[in-house]
Amino acid sequence: MKSGSNNHGHVLPLRVYLTVGAALFVLTGITVWVSTFNLGPYNLVVAMIIAATKGLLVAFFFMHLFYDNKLYFMIFGFAIAFIAIFIVLTMFDTQARADVNPIEGRVIQPEAAIYEQKPALSPADSSVHK
Amino acid sequence: MHDEAARAEGHPGFLAHHFTDVEQQRESAKLGMWIFLLTEILLFGGLFCAYAIYRSWYPDMFHNAHKALDLTLGTTNTIVLITSSLTMALAIRSMQLGRKNLTMVHLVLTLALASTFLVIKYFEYAHKFHLGQLPGKFYTYQGIEGTNPHIFFTMYFAMTGLHGIHVIAGMSVIGWMLYRTAKGHFSAAYYTPIEMTGLYWHLVDLVWIFLFPLFYLIR
Repeated sequence: MKSGSNNHGHVLPLRVYLTVGAALFVLTGITVWVSTFNLGPYNLVVAMIIAATKGLLVAFFFMHLFYDNKLYFMIFGFAIAFIAIFIVLTMFDTQARADVNPIEGRVIQPEAAIYEQKPALSPADSSVHK
Repeated sequence: MHDEAARAEGHPGFLAHHFTDVEQQRESAKLGMWIFLLTEILLFGGLFCAYAIYRSWYPDMFHNAHKALDLTLGTTNTIVLITSSLTMALAIRSMQLGRKNLTMVHLVLTLALASTFLVIKYFEYAHKFHLGQLPGKFYTYQGIEGTNPHIFFTMYFAMTGLHGIHVIAGMSVIGWMLYRTAKGHFSAAYYTPIEMTGLYWHLVDLVWIFLFPLFYLIR
Protein backbone atom coordinates (compact mmCIF):
# COMPACT_ATOMS: atom_id res chain seq x y z
CA MET A 1 0.00 0.00 0.00
CA LYS A 2 3.00 2.29 0.25
CA SER A 3 3.71 4.57 -2.60
CA GLY A 4 6.98 2.79 -3.34
CA SER A 5 4.99 1.06 -6.06
CA ASN A 6 3.24 4.24 -6.99
CA ASN A 7 2.20 3.89 -10.58
CA HIS A 8 -0.54 6.46 -10.67
CA GLY A 9 -0.70 7.72 -14.18
CA HIS A 10 1.27 4.71 -15.41
CA VAL A 11 -0.18 4.28 -18.88
CA LEU A 12 0.80 1.11 -20.71
CA PRO A 13 1.60 1.53 -24.41
CA LEU A 14 -1.21 0.51 -26.75
CA ARG A 15 1.20 -2.06 -28.21
CA VAL A 16 1.17 -4.05 -24.93
CA TYR A 17 -2.64 -4.45 -24.98
CA LEU A 18 -2.77 -5.36 -28.65
CA THR A 19 0.07 -7.88 -28.31
CA VAL A 20 -1.57 -9.55 -25.31
CA GLY A 21 -4.93 -9.61 -27.12
CA ALA A 22 -3.29 -11.20 -30.17
CA ALA A 23 -1.51 -13.75 -27.95
CA LEU A 24 -4.88 -14.67 -26.37
CA PHE A 25 -6.45 -15.22 -29.80
CA VAL A 26 -3.51 -17.36 -30.93
CA LEU A 27 -3.60 -19.44 -27.73
CA THR A 28 -7.37 -19.95 -28.19
CA GLY A 29 -6.66 -21.23 -31.69
CA ILE A 30 -3.89 -23.52 -30.40
CA THR A 31 -6.04 -25.02 -27.63
CA VAL A 32 -8.85 -25.82 -30.11
CA TRP A 33 -6.32 -27.25 -32.59
CA VAL A 34 -4.59 -29.42 -29.95
CA SER A 35 -7.95 -30.85 -28.89
CA THR A 36 -8.27 -32.49 -32.31
CA PHE A 37 -5.38 -34.84 -31.44
CA ASN A 38 -5.76 -37.73 -29.05
CA LEU A 39 -3.05 -37.33 -26.42
CA GLY A 40 -4.79 -39.50 -23.85
CA PRO A 41 -4.68 -37.92 -20.40
CA TYR A 42 -2.35 -35.19 -21.66
CA ASN A 43 -5.18 -33.46 -23.53
CA LEU A 44 -6.48 -32.15 -20.22
CA VAL A 45 -2.97 -31.21 -19.05
CA VAL A 46 -2.20 -29.29 -22.26
CA ALA A 47 -5.61 -27.57 -22.23
CA MET A 48 -5.10 -26.47 -18.61
CA ILE A 49 -1.54 -25.24 -19.25
CA ILE A 50 -2.80 -23.14 -22.17
CA ALA A 51 -5.74 -21.84 -20.11
CA ALA A 52 -3.39 -20.95 -17.23
CA THR A 53 -1.10 -19.11 -19.64
CA LYS A 54 -4.06 -17.15 -21.00
CA GLY A 55 -5.27 -16.47 -17.47
CA LEU A 56 -1.87 -15.15 -16.40
CA LEU A 57 -1.69 -12.91 -19.49
CA VAL A 58 -5.08 -11.44 -18.58
CA ALA A 59 -4.12 -11.05 -14.91
CA PHE A 60 -0.63 -9.64 -15.52
CA PHE A 61 -1.41 -7.18 -18.29
CA PHE A 62 -5.16 -6.48 -18.53
CA MET A 63 -5.46 -6.48 -14.73
CA HIS A 64 -2.05 -4.80 -14.34
CA LEU A 65 -0.80 -7.28 -11.71
CA PHE A 66 2.64 -7.25 -13.34
CA TYR A 67 3.02 -3.52 -12.71
CA ASP A 68 0.95 -3.03 -9.56
CA ASN A 69 1.76 -3.39 -5.89
CA LYS A 70 2.65 -7.08 -5.36
CA LEU A 71 0.10 -7.24 -2.54
CA TYR A 72 -2.66 -7.63 -5.16
CA PHE A 73 -0.79 -10.45 -6.81
CA MET A 74 -0.50 -12.15 -3.41
CA ILE A 75 -4.26 -11.91 -2.89
CA PHE A 76 -4.83 -13.41 -6.33
CA GLY A 77 -2.23 -16.12 -5.64
CA PHE A 78 -3.78 -17.01 -2.29
CA ALA A 79 -7.19 -17.48 -3.93
CA ILE A 80 -5.70 -19.84 -6.53
CA ALA A 81 -3.59 -21.69 -3.93
CA PHE A 82 -6.52 -22.33 -1.62
CA ILE A 83 -8.70 -23.58 -4.49
CA ALA A 84 -5.89 -25.99 -5.39
CA ILE A 85 -5.74 -27.24 -1.79
CA PHE A 86 -9.53 -27.52 -1.70
CA ILE A 87 -9.76 -29.55 -4.91
CA VAL A 88 -6.75 -31.80 -4.22
CA LEU A 89 -7.77 -32.68 -0.67
CA THR A 90 -11.39 -33.31 -1.70
CA MET A 91 -10.25 -35.61 -4.47
CA PHE A 92 -8.05 -37.59 -2.10
CA ASP A 93 -11.38 -38.56 -0.56
CA THR A 94 -13.60 -38.97 -3.61
CA GLN A 95 -10.95 -40.91 -5.58
CA ALA A 96 -10.09 -43.29 -2.74
CA ARG A 97 -13.54 -44.14 -1.37
CA ALA A 98 -13.86 -47.37 -3.31
CA ASP A 99 -10.52 -48.64 -1.96
CA VAL A 100 -11.80 -48.32 1.58
CA ASN A 101 -15.42 -49.33 1.15
CA PRO A 102 -16.72 -50.76 -2.16
CA ILE A 103 -20.28 -49.63 -1.38
CA GLU A 104 -19.12 -46.01 -1.15
CA GLY A 105 -17.36 -46.38 -4.49
CA ARG A 106 -20.57 -47.30 -6.31
CA VAL A 107 -21.76 -44.85 -8.90
CA ILE A 108 -25.03 -43.15 -8.05
CA GLN A 109 -26.68 -44.54 -11.18
CA PRO A 110 -29.52 -46.55 -9.58
CA GLU A 111 -30.84 -43.57 -7.66
CA ALA A 112 -30.85 -41.09 -10.55
CA ALA A 113 -34.34 -40.02 -11.61
CA ILE A 114 -33.79 -40.36 -15.35
CA TYR A 115 -33.44 -44.12 -15.00
CA GLU A 116 -36.92 -44.52 -13.50
CA GLN A 117 -38.87 -44.16 -16.73
CA LYS A 118 -36.58 -44.60 -19.63
CA PRO A 119 -38.37 -45.20 -22.94
CA ALA A 120 -36.58 -46.86 -25.83
CA LEU A 121 -33.95 -44.68 -27.45
CA SER A 122 -35.55 -42.74 -30.25
CA PRO A 123 -33.18 -42.18 -33.17
CA ALA A 124 -34.81 -38.86 -34.07
CA ASP A 125 -33.62 -37.32 -30.82
CA SER A 126 -30.13 -38.69 -30.92
CA SER A 127 -28.82 -36.21 -33.47
CA VAL A 128 -26.10 -34.40 -31.61
CA HIS A 129 -24.92 -31.39 -33.50
CA LYS A 130 -21.24 -30.77 -33.67
CA MET B 1 -19.69 23.47 1.72
CA HIS B 2 -17.39 20.70 2.81
CA ASP B 3 -16.17 20.32 -0.74
CA GLU B 4 -15.60 24.04 -1.10
CA ALA B 5 -13.36 24.05 1.94
CA ALA B 6 -11.54 20.97 0.73
CA ARG B 7 -10.91 22.45 -2.68
CA ALA B 8 -9.63 25.62 -1.11
CA GLU B 9 -6.97 23.50 0.61
CA GLY B 10 -6.01 21.95 -2.71
CA HIS B 11 -7.99 18.71 -2.30
CA PRO B 12 -9.74 17.51 -5.43
CA GLY B 13 -13.51 17.03 -5.14
CA PHE B 14 -13.34 13.30 -5.71
CA LEU B 15 -11.02 12.76 -2.73
CA ALA B 16 -13.07 11.46 0.21
CA HIS B 17 -12.26 13.22 3.47
CA HIS B 18 -11.04 10.07 5.24
CA PHE B 19 -8.12 9.57 2.84
CA THR B 20 -4.87 11.51 3.09
CA ASP B 21 -4.32 11.72 -0.63
CA VAL B 22 -5.57 10.52 -4.01
CA GLU B 23 -3.01 7.73 -4.20
CA GLN B 24 -4.09 6.26 -0.87
CA GLN B 25 -7.74 6.40 -1.93
CA ARG B 26 -6.95 4.63 -5.18
CA GLU B 27 -4.82 1.92 -3.56
CA SER B 28 -7.51 1.29 -0.93
CA ALA B 29 -10.17 0.89 -3.60
CA LYS B 30 -7.93 -1.54 -5.42
CA LEU B 31 -7.21 -3.57 -2.28
CA GLY B 32 -10.94 -3.83 -1.55
CA MET B 33 -11.66 -4.83 -5.13
CA TRP B 34 -9.01 -7.56 -5.10
CA ILE B 35 -10.37 -9.00 -1.88
CA PHE B 36 -13.82 -9.06 -3.50
CA LEU B 37 -12.33 -10.79 -6.54
CA LEU B 38 -10.77 -13.34 -4.17
CA THR B 39 -14.25 -14.23 -2.88
CA GLU B 40 -15.43 -14.49 -6.48
CA ILE B 41 -12.60 -16.88 -7.33
CA LEU B 42 -13.48 -19.00 -4.29
CA LEU B 43 -17.16 -18.98 -5.31
CA PHE B 44 -16.30 -20.43 -8.71
CA GLY B 45 -13.73 -22.68 -7.03
CA GLY B 46 -16.47 -24.70 -5.39
CA LEU B 47 -18.00 -25.44 -8.77
CA PHE B 48 -14.61 -26.24 -10.30
CA CYS B 49 -14.10 -28.73 -7.47
CA ALA B 50 -17.48 -30.37 -8.15
CA TYR B 51 -16.57 -30.51 -11.83
CA ALA B 52 -13.22 -32.18 -11.05
CA ILE B 53 -14.90 -34.85 -8.90
CA TYR B 54 -17.59 -35.72 -11.46
CA ARG B 55 -15.22 -35.68 -14.40
CA SER B 56 -12.82 -38.00 -12.60
CA TRP B 57 -15.72 -40.34 -11.79
CA TYR B 58 -17.23 -40.34 -15.30
CA PRO B 59 -14.48 -39.50 -17.82
CA ASP B 60 -16.12 -41.37 -20.71
CA MET B 61 -19.55 -39.89 -20.09
CA PHE B 62 -18.04 -36.37 -20.03
CA HIS B 63 -16.36 -37.06 -23.35
CA ASN B 64 -19.59 -38.33 -24.93
CA ALA B 65 -21.76 -35.58 -23.46
CA HIS B 66 -19.45 -32.74 -24.51
CA LYS B 67 -20.18 -33.61 -28.14
CA ALA B 68 -23.65 -32.17 -27.56
CA LEU B 69 -22.04 -28.73 -27.20
CA ASP B 70 -21.38 -26.66 -30.31
CA LEU B 71 -17.61 -26.09 -30.57
CA THR B 72 -18.01 -23.33 -33.17
CA LEU B 73 -20.33 -21.32 -30.94
CA GLY B 74 -18.08 -21.95 -27.93
CA THR B 75 -14.94 -20.80 -29.76
CA THR B 76 -16.78 -17.75 -31.12
CA ASN B 77 -17.88 -16.84 -27.62
CA THR B 78 -14.30 -17.19 -26.35
CA ILE B 79 -13.05 -14.80 -29.03
CA VAL B 80 -15.95 -12.41 -28.33
CA LEU B 81 -15.26 -12.33 -24.60
CA ILE B 82 -11.48 -11.91 -24.99
CA THR B 83 -12.11 -9.03 -27.40
CA SER B 84 -14.48 -7.43 -24.88
CA SER B 85 -11.75 -7.73 -22.25
CA LEU B 86 -9.36 -5.97 -24.61
CA THR B 87 -11.81 -3.12 -25.30
CA MET B 88 -12.42 -2.79 -21.54
CA ALA B 89 -8.66 -2.45 -20.92
CA LEU B 90 -8.49 0.13 -23.70
CA ALA B 91 -11.41 2.06 -22.15
CA ILE B 92 -9.37 2.44 -18.95
CA ARG B 93 -6.29 3.43 -20.92
CA SER B 94 -8.29 6.05 -22.83
CA MET B 95 -9.49 7.60 -19.58
CA GLN B 96 -5.91 7.54 -18.21
CA LEU B 97 -5.10 9.73 -21.21
CA GLY B 98 -8.14 11.89 -20.48
CA ARG B 99 -9.88 11.02 -23.75
CA LYS B 100 -13.53 10.92 -22.73
CA ASN B 101 -15.07 10.16 -26.13
CA LEU B 102 -12.64 7.33 -26.84
CA THR B 103 -13.44 5.87 -23.42
CA MET B 104 -17.14 5.91 -24.25
CA VAL B 105 -16.52 4.25 -27.63
CA HIS B 106 -14.60 1.46 -25.92
CA LEU B 107 -17.23 1.02 -23.21
CA VAL B 108 -19.98 0.79 -25.86
CA LEU B 109 -17.90 -1.77 -27.78
CA THR B 110 -17.46 -3.79 -24.58
CA LEU B 111 -21.21 -3.72 -23.96
CA ALA B 112 -21.92 -4.75 -27.56
CA LEU B 113 -19.51 -7.70 -27.34
CA ALA B 114 -20.96 -8.75 -23.97
CA SER B 115 -24.45 -8.71 -25.52
CA THR B 116 -23.16 -10.81 -28.42
CA PHE B 117 -21.82 -13.32 -25.90
CA LEU B 118 -25.21 -13.54 -24.19
CA VAL B 119 -27.13 -13.86 -27.46
CA ILE B 120 -24.91 -16.76 -28.56
CA LYS B 121 -25.32 -18.32 -25.11
CA TYR B 122 -29.10 -17.92 -25.45
CA PHE B 123 -29.08 -19.91 -28.70
CA GLU B 124 -26.95 -22.62 -27.10
CA TYR B 125 -29.24 -22.83 -24.07
CA ALA B 126 -32.42 -22.78 -26.18
CA HIS B 127 -31.15 -25.69 -28.26
CA LYS B 128 -30.43 -27.74 -25.14
CA PHE B 129 -33.77 -26.86 -23.56
CA HIS B 130 -35.45 -28.01 -26.75
CA LEU B 131 -33.65 -31.37 -26.68
CA GLY B 132 -34.21 -31.92 -22.96
CA GLN B 133 -30.50 -31.73 -22.17
CA LEU B 134 -31.30 -30.17 -18.83
CA PRO B 135 -29.76 -30.40 -15.37
CA GLY B 136 -30.49 -33.15 -12.89
CA LYS B 137 -33.99 -34.58 -12.78
CA PHE B 138 -35.18 -32.41 -15.70
CA TYR B 139 -32.86 -34.28 -18.06
CA THR B 140 -34.91 -36.24 -20.60
CA TYR B 141 -32.52 -36.58 -23.54
CA GLN B 142 -31.79 -40.17 -24.63
CA GLY B 143 -28.99 -39.75 -27.14
CA ILE B 144 -25.87 -39.77 -24.95
CA GLU B 145 -24.08 -42.97 -24.05
CA GLY B 146 -22.56 -43.40 -20.62
CA THR B 147 -23.36 -43.25 -16.95
CA ASN B 148 -25.32 -40.30 -15.57
CA PRO B 149 -25.14 -37.88 -18.54
CA HIS B 150 -27.47 -35.50 -16.67
CA ILE B 151 -24.55 -34.68 -14.36
CA PHE B 152 -22.60 -33.19 -17.25
CA PHE B 153 -25.48 -30.83 -17.99
CA THR B 154 -25.94 -30.03 -14.31
CA MET B 155 -22.32 -28.84 -14.21
CA TYR B 156 -22.63 -27.13 -17.60
CA PHE B 157 -25.68 -25.09 -16.62
CA ALA B 158 -24.45 -24.37 -13.09
CA MET B 159 -21.06 -23.10 -14.21
CA THR B 160 -21.97 -21.30 -17.44
CA GLY B 161 -25.14 -20.02 -15.73
CA LEU B 162 -23.26 -18.49 -12.81
CA HIS B 163 -20.78 -17.09 -15.31
CA GLY B 164 -23.67 -15.68 -17.36
CA ILE B 165 -25.07 -13.95 -14.26
CA HIS B 166 -21.63 -12.38 -13.81
CA VAL B 167 -21.70 -11.20 -17.43
CA ILE B 168 -25.08 -9.52 -16.81
CA ALA B 169 -23.80 -7.93 -13.58
CA GLY B 170 -20.67 -6.74 -15.38
CA MET B 171 -22.76 -5.25 -18.19
CA SER B 172 -24.90 -3.33 -15.69
CA VAL B 173 -21.81 -1.82 -14.06
CA ILE B 174 -20.22 -1.03 -17.44
CA GLY B 175 -23.48 0.69 -18.44
CA TRP B 176 -23.33 2.72 -15.24
CA MET B 177 -19.70 3.66 -15.98
CA LEU B 178 -20.75 4.71 -19.48
CA TYR B 179 -23.38 7.01 -17.95
CA ARG B 180 -20.91 8.47 -15.46
CA THR B 181 -18.27 8.99 -18.15
CA ALA B 182 -20.86 10.81 -20.29
CA LYS B 183 -21.73 12.94 -17.26
CA GLY B 184 -18.06 13.92 -17.03
CA HIS B 185 -17.42 12.34 -13.63
CA PHE B 186 -14.02 11.00 -14.66
CA SER B 187 -10.75 12.43 -15.85
CA ALA B 188 -7.10 11.45 -16.28
CA ALA B 189 -6.71 12.25 -12.56
CA TYR B 190 -9.68 10.18 -11.39
CA TYR B 191 -10.88 7.02 -13.12
CA THR B 192 -10.85 4.51 -10.23
CA PRO B 193 -14.48 3.29 -10.73
CA ILE B 194 -13.78 2.43 -14.38
CA GLU B 195 -10.56 0.68 -13.34
CA MET B 196 -12.45 -1.43 -10.73
CA THR B 197 -15.13 -2.27 -13.31
CA GLY B 198 -12.35 -3.38 -15.60
CA LEU B 199 -10.89 -5.70 -12.94
CA TYR B 200 -14.31 -7.32 -12.49
CA TRP B 201 -14.81 -7.71 -16.22
CA HIS B 202 -11.36 -9.28 -16.68
CA LEU B 203 -12.19 -11.79 -13.94
CA VAL B 204 -15.36 -12.76 -15.82
CA ASP B 205 -13.15 -13.29 -18.88
CA LEU B 206 -10.66 -15.28 -16.79
CA VAL B 207 -13.36 -17.69 -15.58
CA TRP B 208 -14.57 -18.27 -19.14
CA ILE B 209 -10.98 -18.99 -20.27
CA PHE B 210 -11.12 -22.04 -17.98
CA LEU B 211 -14.76 -22.99 -18.64
CA PHE B 212 -14.19 -23.15 -22.40
CA PRO B 213 -11.63 -26.01 -22.49
CA LEU B 214 -13.30 -27.82 -19.58
CA PHE B 215 -16.65 -28.10 -21.39
CA TYR B 216 -16.01 -27.72 -25.11
CA LEU B 217 -12.61 -29.37 -25.55
CA ILE B 218 -12.91 -32.67 -23.68
CA ARG B 219 -10.98 -35.48 -25.28
